[in-house]
Parts: sequence; C-alpha cells; structure tokens
Amino acid sequence: MEKTSIQIAKLPLLAAIVAIVGLGDAIYLTVHHLSGQGVQCTIVHGCEQVLNSDYATFAGIPLAFIGVAAYFTVFSLATLAAFGNKGAWNFLSVMVVLMAVFTTWLLYLQGFVIEAFCQFCLLSAGVTFSLLIIVILSRYFIKRLS
Amino acid sequence: MNKNLPALIIGLVAIVGIVAGVYLYQNSKADTNPVAKINSNANANSQNTMKTAPPGAEPPWTKGAPNATVTLEEFADFECPSCGSFEPTMREVKTVYGDRIRVIFRQYPLQMHQHAYDAARAAEAAGLQGKFWEMHDMLYDKQKSWSKEMPDARKEFENYAKALNLNVDKFNSDLTGDAANSRVAADKKRGDFIGIRATPSLFLNGRLLSVEEMQITKLRELIENGLQGK
Repeated sequence: MEKTSIQIAKLPLLAAIVAIVGLGDAIYLTVHHLSGQGVQCTIVHGCEQVLNSDYATFAGIPLAFIGVAAYFTVFSLATLAAFGNKGAWNFLSVMVVLMAVFTTWLLYLQGFVIEAFCQFCLLSAGVTFSLLIIVILSRYFIKRLS
Repeated sequence: MNKNLPALIIGLVAIVGIVAGVYLYQNSKADTNPVAKINSNANANSQNTMKTAPPGAEPPWTKGAPNATVTLEEFADFECPSCGSFEPTMREVKTVYGDRIRVIFRQYPLQMHQHAYDAARAAEAAGLQGKFWEMHDMLYDKQKSWSKEMPDARKEFENYAKALNLNVDKFNSDLTGDAANSRVAADKKRGDFIGIRATPSLFLNGRLLSVEEMQITKLRELIENGLQGK
C-alpha cells in the first residue's frame, strides 16, 4: 500500500461502502424503535415481535442505536484505512470480529428464543458478516504481500 | 487532495445520517397517525369519518353500558405483540370503570401475522357460543404459545375451546364458517375505511388516541374527563 495521496486501498473502500449499508439499516431500525412503531404493529413492517422483545434494548439503549454507533465507527475507520492508516484497519478488524460474535448471538436469539426473524436485523447480520469476510481477505492478502 | 479529505467524508456521512434519521422519524410519526392521513385525504375529522364508516360487525362485541358517555373502540390483532402488551391497559380500564364506560372490540388482523385471521375467527366462533370475551382473554394470555411459526394454530385454539367448555365440534366448524368470517371481514372493512394503519388503534368517542395517550395514566385521565363531560 503506497502512501501517495491518490492511492485508495480497495478493501477498506469496500468495507466503508458496506458499512454505509449497515449504517442506513441501523438508522432505520433506531427510528422504527423510537417513533413508537415499536409500540404498535404497523401494516407495512414485520419486525414488531423482534423489536418489542426484551432483547431489543441493552441497558436501556436500543440495540439499533448501538448498531448505528458501531457501523459509523467502522465506516470512519475504513475511510481512514482507505487513505492509508494501517492502525485504523487493525482496530477495525478487532471491532468487526467482536461485532460478528455479537451478531451470531442476535441471530441465535431470533431463531431460537424469540422465534421470529426481522428482515432488517437480518440485513444487518449480512453486513457484519460481509465486513468479516473483507477483514479476513485483507489479512490473507497482507500476509501474501509481505 | 488534502489531508482532511477522510475527515471531510466521515463528517459528511455523519451529517447525512443524522438528517436522514430525523427525516425518517418525522415521516414515520405522520405515517402511523391515521387521523393525519384522513385529514389530508378526506378533509374530514376522525369523528365524522367514524360516523360515515361502515358499521363493522353487528352487533359489535362490547363491555360496559350501551349508553355510557365514554366509548372506547379498539382495533386489534390477537397475534400482534403490541396488542398483547397493550391488553393489561385495556383490562385495567375495564375493571376500574366497568359499567361507567363502553368498550368495543374490533377485529383488525394483519396479513403479515400468520395466524391472526384464524385467531380472529376463533374468537368469533367462541362468540357464537356466547364466550367471545373469554376466548379474547385466552388468546392474549396464551399469545406467546400460538403466535409462532407453525403450520396450523387451530389445534391450539381447539384446546382453548375445550378449556372454555365450548362445544368443540361446533367451534371447529364455526371457525371456518361464514358467520365468523363475515364478522371479521366487516370489522376489517370498517377499520380500512377509517384508515387504520397500526394495531392496537384506540378511539375515544370517535377520536383516535396517540400512542402517548394510550399510556394507562394518560388514558385514565382522558376517561375521567370524558365522564365529567369535559
């Protein structure tokens, strides 16, 4: 990875784009949670059972909002890494692994405890696992290059 | 290209994110407020809309006094978890005010809930044997056990019918019969006309209450005011 000003690393760039999808999804879910739609079942959505469950908040904070914070952090780190900041990418890698572990737990909850899936939560899971794949790829390629 | 470009991009995304969030929030507020919709569409207030709307199933399922000064009309879906969480509020209101108010229950099963229509018809089928409210309560009490992925919830409902000492054969045939079905359809038609977009939706003397007004303290205050003719 050369440090010229126009060089943009491709994998971090991809990670930044994927993180934006996650960010949008998490913003949508946070709004859904806060706007009282969590208190009513609306005709167009099907996430109530998941978003109304005891697991939708963590220490009083909506999980979706934690998602917003996480995806925004990942996006920021990926952007920095795309411009050549290796430390940012290392930090991002650790974070994405933790997010993937947490996401696995959330999928377990949806599948076996709440017994209902929410498509927007599934999209978030897809985003996190995509980020994980990008991180793994980057580790593999960096090893090969060095 | 300057060194600030990453920070600039990050800042821009943060701003766009916040603006999008606020916009969505405002929009969803307007979206879940049927009265706002009706007002903009039909240029009428909800009281008038309630009067011109199809009557729903006749006679409706009611509790309390027919000529009470306060009437609560609830549109609900037995499988909707929000309706399940709202049920204790309705029960408290019914217990506290009893015959001083009138409570109407309207079926508004949502398509996205797998067993909602069957549940609505189960309540109607029990109603044909005079036990609508008993089945209504049973369905909410047991909501968690039947409102999940399974091919058929009717077996569950049959068990509830047994527990309520209903004639199970009649219950089963009524469950798929025209009488129950047309009552559910009539309520649904009324709800559609009024512009119900979410369950539970609660009307107090024809006025749609907001989610905040459906909180027990606020709701009791509104009922008290209604009883005092305010």
